[in-house]
Amino acid sequence: MKLTKRNFMGLAFAGALTALPVTAFAQDWQPSRPIDFTIMAGPGGGADQIARFVQSVVEANDMTNRPLIPTNRGGGSGAEALLHLKDARDPDHTLMVTLNSFYTTPIRQDGLGVDIEQFTPVTMMGVDPFVLWVHKDSGITTFEEYVEKVREMDGEYVMGGTGSGQEDSIVIAYMSGAYDLDIKYIPYDGGGAVAKDLAGKQIMATVNNPAEAKGFYEAGEFVPLLAFSDERMEAYPDVPTMKEKGHDFSYYNQRAIVGAPGMSDEAAAYYRDIFGKVYEGDEWQNYLTSESLSPLPMDEAETRAYWATQVANHRQLLSEIDG
Amino acid sequence: MEVFSFLVSGIFTALEPINIGLILIGVTVGLFIGAMPGLGSVNGVAILLPVTFLVPPASAIIFLAAIYYGAMYGGAISSVTLGIPGASTAVATTFDGRPLALQGRASLALVTAALASFVGGTVATVFFTLFAPLLATVALNFGPPEIFALMLLAFATFVGLGGDDIPKTIFSICFGLVLATVGFDTISGEPRLVLFDIQGFLRGIGFIVLAIGVYGIGEMLWTIEQTRGEITTTNPKMTAKGLVSDTKEAVRRGWKGTWIGSLLGFFVGVLPAAGATPGSLMSYGVAKMVSKTPHEYGNGSPDGVAAPEAANNSASTGAMLPMLTLGIPGSPTTAILLGGMVIWGLTPGPRLFVDQSEFVWGLIGSFYISNLAAVLINLAFIPLFVWMLRMPFTILAPLIFMLSIVGGFAASRSMHDLWLIVIFGIGAFFLRKFDYPLAPAVLAIVLGPIAEPTMRQSLLLSSGDPMIFFTRPVAGPITVIAIFLILLPAFKILRRKREAAAN
Repeated sequence: MKLTKRNFMGLAFAGALTALPVTAFAQDWQPSRPIDFTIMAGPGGGADQIARFVQSVVEANDMTNRPLIPTNRGGGSGAEALLHLKDARDPDHTLMVTLNSFYTTPIRQDGLGVDIEQFTPVTMMGVDPFVLWVHKDSGITTFEEYVEKVREMDGEYVMGGTGSGQEDSIVIAYMSGAYDLDIKYIPYDGGGAVAKDLAGKQIMATVNNPAEAKGFYEAGEFVPLLAFSDERMEAYPDVPTMKEKGHDFSYYNQRAIVGAPGMSDEAAAYYRDIFGKVYEGDEWQNYLTSESLSPLPMDEAETRAYWATQVANHRQLLSEIDG
Repeated sequence: MEVFSFLVSGIFTALEPINIGLILIGVTVGLFIGAMPGLGSVNGVAILLPVTFLVPPASAIIFLAAIYYGAMYGGAISSVTLGIPGASTAVATTFDGRPLALQGRASLALVTAALASFVGGTVATVFFTLFAPLLATVALNFGPPEIFALMLLAFATFVGLGGDDIPKTIFSICFGLVLATVGFDTISGEPRLVLFDIQGFLRGIGFIVLAIGVYGIGEMLWTIEQTRGEITTTNPKMTAKGLVSDTKEAVRRGWKGTWIGSLLGFFVGVLPAAGATPGSLMSYGVAKMVSKTPHEYGNGSPDGVAAPEAANNSASTGAMLPMLTLGIPGSPTTAILLGGMVIWGLTPGPRLFVDQSEFVWGLIGSFYISNLAAVLINLAFIPLFVWMLRMPFTILAPLIFMLSIVGGFAASRSMHDLWLIVIFGIGAFFLRKFDYPLAPAVLAIVLGPIAEPTMRQSLLLSSGDPMIFFTRPVAGPITVIAIFLILLPAFKILRRKREAAAN
């Protein structure tokens, strides 16, 4: 029998009659206990903000019958969170909010035995671009002046970031390679701390997400020099991109919700529906605009393909840094 | 003056019926969350964050700040009555609060804690009101070398904490420092000391795990062994007259610690990355150091209760300052508040005071009101908490054990941490039998994760030259004072030996 939508409905209806309490629709799966909403980073960072924002939207609109329980598992650059999902006892109730350590940590730590391609794509909430910032007191206003200054200081130019192998260090490593720059790199434990030390002029430049630097930019303290996005950013129309400078390089921080490996199709469909609604809602759309995130909606198959290319890219970028 | 007109309108905002209602609820909820071992202001604020979507942003942050405040008051309650720190910020309160309770003076300890908290919170709020923008600039001048110098100073004040046995104190500090390095290294991004390849160690060893182990399980075992479970710990009585005389005694014997805690706590709280826990531990160390009767500390000194309690309230207000003016959280709780502000559509940072002055001043106004509400509610509940102590230890001991386990699990939802708590508890019992002081180890696990990266960042900045700690204008004097304090006991010993030889 050819299963058209109409006779599928008929079958489902018949099924519902014979076994009334058991719902026959795939999309009728409902969580039966509180949902573990693991955050791949510590409290206060970008991923944490997004997780709590999403949780608030879900809560405020009463979208799930069981609550989302956010738990920070930022240990080991997200290794803790990855292992928690990999070994999840109840994959149907285990979700994670990611950043790019989703790609980098399994590559850098083979011993974890985590293969992210086994994880379940749920919703891509957006991607966060990176921008090169300096303090206004440095007098530098263009990327060319910056390059000149770094060369002039011959290894004494100090930049801060969130650590070797982290997102910003990948960007800085690429930039240093492309322009033959010798930069002294100081690792910090979060983007906020990096921005603060640029404001206090402890360091000379940073590569931060716009959300982390926005307050200082609006107060006139920080000057953006270069964006690592594909196109010029709406909020910073005068800031050129790396691509305009003739280098085919862009880099974003992934802000996505993923499910544990082995999550059932019904549960995944349920969560895609919920977070898809959050994504389309005004609250999230306003958040994307105010925090300068770029939308990048994709379905399950596209997400899997995107993951595969990201893993390959990161393997390449990291081998260049570590090599 | 302009500041005062802003402040008055801020206080009026805080006194609006919805806000005053939220303050009362927030402070009471905070008080009990703070009193639960393991659960602190972080948990309270995180759990209730989504609820605040229902009210305007100014009311929302007033509510969350009230919880934060209440939890700082509440932390002292289980520190005193059970000997388990109710929150990480109240660890130093157990050092003298617990001995006082064992002497039947629990009410004195609780009253001292409440009053010191009130003074600390109020002093900090006044500073906040008058000097917010100036202090934000000061905080920015604290780079890695300055923070490290400050941490060195904190260790220096604690070298004397374990009594005269300096080698054992240093051993205890080193033990804490080693525990602090477990997990991921920020600088290299590599895992370190993942003992036996157990994955739970990737996260590092949480401070609260060690504190609950040492002060919850360890203390319980110790008391059982000392008393054989036969005697009740205390014979507390609580009358109105007693409350008045306790208040008088608290003021007389705790004012010094209160002032030290209020000032030092605020300053440490303002520095991003530090927060209320290091602030309270440092204040305890300093109060002991400058005291004329340091031997009373650890044996039930009201000053020893007042200093950390004043400091944790003062620091929690101080930590709001970098959050609002720089967008940098000074403590884990303010990190969550910061997330909340983004959710409410506010941009913390240098422009906030200008663009959202109504919001900022409403919050500052609420600090005054919350403080007053918290001290009154706290004093009202003291008889209830003291009454709990009337339970015989045979009932109290299992209760402490249960609370330690539940609290330890609630903080991280990890079985791994529970096993560590039990192991640390048993280890602490034996170390105590051999007269090892444990407070320095707890201090080290709090300060280690701040001291180590800042030291390495500084040395990266200077290309490995340690002179960076001496040549910078702010770091230099702090480092010199710290080194002098560390060497002070050695000088004393030398002098005593020389005198002995001369005689």
